[in-house]
Amino acid sequence: MNKPIRIIPQQNKQSCYHCGEDCVDENIDYDQKNFCCNGCKLVYQVLQESDLCNYYDLNRNPGTSQKEIDKRSNRFDFLLDEEVIQKLVDFKDEKETHITFSIPMIHCASCIWLLENLHKLHQGIISGRVDFIRKKVQIKFDPKWIDLKELVLLLSKIGYEPSISLADFEKKTSIKIDRKLIYKLAVAGFCFGNMMFFSLPEYFSETELLGEGFKGLFNYLNVLLALPVFFYSGSDYFRSAYLSLKGKKVNMDVPIAIGIFTLFFYSLFEIFLMGREGYMDTLGGLVFFLLIGKIYQQKTYDTLSFDRDYKAYFPLSVTKILKGEEAVIPLTKVEVGNVIRVRNEELIPADSILIEGEACIDYSFVTGEAVPVIKKKGQLIYAGGRQKGNAITLAVQKSPSQGYLTDLWNNETFEKEKPHGLNSLANEISGKFTGVVLLIAFLSLAFWSMHDIGIAVKAFTAVLIITCPCALAMSTPFTLGNTLRVFGQGKFYLKNADVIEKLAKTDTVVFDKTGTLTAPSAAAVTYHGERLSEESKSIIKAMVSLSTHPLSNRINNLLKEVKPAKVMDVQEWPGSGIQATYLSQVVRLGSKEFVGVHNFDRPEEGNLVYFSVEGMVLGYFSIRSGLRNGVGRLIEELSDNRSIHIISGDSDHEAASLRQLVGPKVRMKFNQSPDDKLRYVKKLGHRKANTLMIGDGLNDAGALRASQVGIALTEHVGHFSPASDAILDASALNLLPTFVAFSKTSRNIIKASFGLSFAYNFVGIFFAVQGLVSPVFCAILMPISSISVVAFTTLTTNFLAYRKGIKSKIL
Amino acid sequence: MEVIFILIGISLLLALVFLGLFFRAMNKGQYDDNYTPSVRMLFENKTKQSIKNTQTIKSKKNVRSNTGKV
Repeated sequence: MNKPIRIIPQQNKQSCYHCGEDCVDENIDYDQKNFCCNGCKLVYQVLQESDLCNYYDLNRNPGTSQKEIDKRSNRFDFLLDEEVIQKLVDFKDEKETHITFSIPMIHCASCIWLLENLHKLHQGIISGRVDFIRKKVQIKFDPKWIDLKELVLLLSKIGYEPSISLADFEKKTSIKIDRKLIYKLAVAGFCFGNMMFFSLPEYFSETELLGEGFKGLFNYLNVLLALPVFFYSGSDYFRSAYLSLKGKKVNMDVPIAIGIFTLFFYSLFEIFLMGREGYMDTLGGLVFFLLIGKIYQQKTYDTLSFDRDYKAYFPLSVTKILKGEEAVIPLTKVEVGNVIRVRNEELIPADSILIEGEACIDYSFVTGEAVPVIKKKGQLIYAGGRQKGNAITLAVQKSPSQGYLTDLWNNETFEKEKPHGLNSLANEISGKFTGVVLLIAFLSLAFWSMHDIGIAVKAFTAVLIITCPCALAMSTPFTLGNTLRVFGQGKFYLKNADVIEKLAKTDTVVFDKTGTLTAPSAAAVTYHGERLSEESKSIIKAMVSLSTHPLSNRINNLLKEVKPAKVMDVQEWPGSGIQATYLSQVVRLGSKEFVGVHNFDRPEEGNLVYFSVEGMVLGYFSIRSGLRNGVGRLIEELSDNRSIHIISGDSDHEAASLRQLVGPKVRMKFNQSPDDKLRYVKKLGHRKANTLMIGDGLNDAGALRASQVGIALTEHVGHFSPASDAILDASALNLLPTFVAFSKTSRNIIKASFGLSFAYNFVGIFFAVQGLVSPVFCAILMPISSISVVAFTTLTTNFLAYRKGIKSKIL
Repeated sequence: MEVIFILIGISLLLALVFLGLFFRAMNKGQYDDNYTPSVRMLFENKTKQSIKNTQTIKSKKNVRSNTGKV
């Protein structure tokens, strides 16, 4: 059995000057300030020496507790490896090295201040720059004075240990993709503004403002300004239209490309050959508005990450034991047969067999189950669990990327991109739309060419120009962009706007059970055995309130109203139980083995915590994973027109009680491995079902990926969640049917705004076929139609979201 | 009215300069993080002078409290 940890309860608690936590175990008095542990005091000392105590003035108790932090100085030894350094740094020359760390501890203004004043702490550091939202800091340092390992150790010494994971190690992500679009928009905006300015005389063509010379000059300037719009800003539309036609499909960009093309060349013809004003200002406006729509749709949540796999979660280094010596090696160099050591709060990096020590593995990130599992010597431990308790020694059985869990990512599903939303509403109609427009254009060309070839060309081009689907093309991005924002306010964060249209089409819903439908906070705790007196209750309360074990927390919740008794000599054996002395009686609370139960008649299912006084077992608490509030209604609402499936990695001992709650129609499967889940969802996909998968752990990652829409449920947004299309805050799970329904509503809003823009097109075509369209008419109709469509979609989306209860205010 | 030719040239040039400035700011990453600078600008640069001042105030207080006790 592990060594016990002594817990000293204290009556008058004082809060730590550094981290603000109550000084429970010890109370260190230093410099007239209280510290909860040596770590916190150490940080204060370091900062005081460098005259950085301003840190404590900006915020009260800005630090994070240093209690749990591993202080081994050799744990960053892998950072001395030249190959590793090369992969981590952003930039390097003789004089300075730049590196960007992700530091999850960044949480307040003091953090920013301290990390940007690192140069006062060590002369080798040149500067630090914090990105608060992304919780990152870029540090420039001189490698002659300080190397990477020392830098990381310094950061961890002041309480800001960077998290260096396998994901950082493998690739550098760039954020420059989005910038291109903004450059294009800026160019289009600049040209559009100036072209409107130069077109002013023609807007007032009735009054002769300026002489003829100016008109010519202005027209040529317009041509000059139109060049970057046509060749740079609008280039994406040509490319997209070309690719779409090549694939024998007509997407929304085809009519847009036709419109831009006609506008540009007809204007050139008008200006150079006919000496008249062209439509260049309309061209500028069109591209400008279209690009705004594109950007509006691209709302991203910086703090969230939608593509994390196990690599973002696994550590970079492992402690290997070779001939009795410990050595820290990068995870990538771990081989089958290696003997490794895993300490408290460290992850099991590969499937291995326990050689020494008692393992108490917390698989909450993998399965969603919060209660740790006890493993004995010789048992196989799967990668991904977190050791709670003393150090254990393991023999690696499989390489880190081939384990029971990690093998999932070798599946072909992860190799190809999820199919893009090709059948979006806009693309469905754009084929017909383009056909009709071309038909009308050629009919008017044929009709007029019998009378007047000049008017015929004018009418033909006017139809193509006036029907250029600016308003039509903006309906979709603005509706979806608004829906994306509305969902964000309801704590439902989507990866991109395509997800909304996919969500509207889902007809099959697959739930994971543990952690998704059930929740630690909703656990059902019952007591069986001899009736507990008020005194016993208060003793139990006192014991569980001192422990952080998930089962203790749940018993603590059950005894909310009870006042804790004064107990002495509290000791906790991690993963086993707690012992305390109350009025010279030894009280024990914990597992069967810990309390010493031999024959207690027919224990209930679920996790059991036994209670004994002086070796006499009085009874036990039975703790079963409880369903989240409102799950019954959630499933009922979703099952109206969808089939519901539940897949779980657990054994089926709770099947009967679950069946009672969710009704007979729901299909359930138990004992599913991560790979089984993936194949189950894939099979549904083969049957042409549009699946919506909702899961929470790494073991659902395959199923989330294989589904049409994968939603990761998380208790804390911003914490780890597996790769998915959307992240849903657990508190908003009840709103899921509303979100799904609203995705259909936004499809209807798109349809309605299509109607509106068609109305504008009819008006335009009515004049165009008669050859009555002038540049001024175009320059007015195009912005009006676009702006009114944008206003319409924005207002309806927000109003309907308010009516359905997703938003608390209309705007 | 010929002066308008020059004015148009100037106005276009000015607008181009602004476009260039925007591009430069974008390239330098000024729009990458639009939260942290709002916090950063509120930090005071503690000079040695101000530290001395606070110390003297503290010591004065100490003196006062000492005399109070006496």
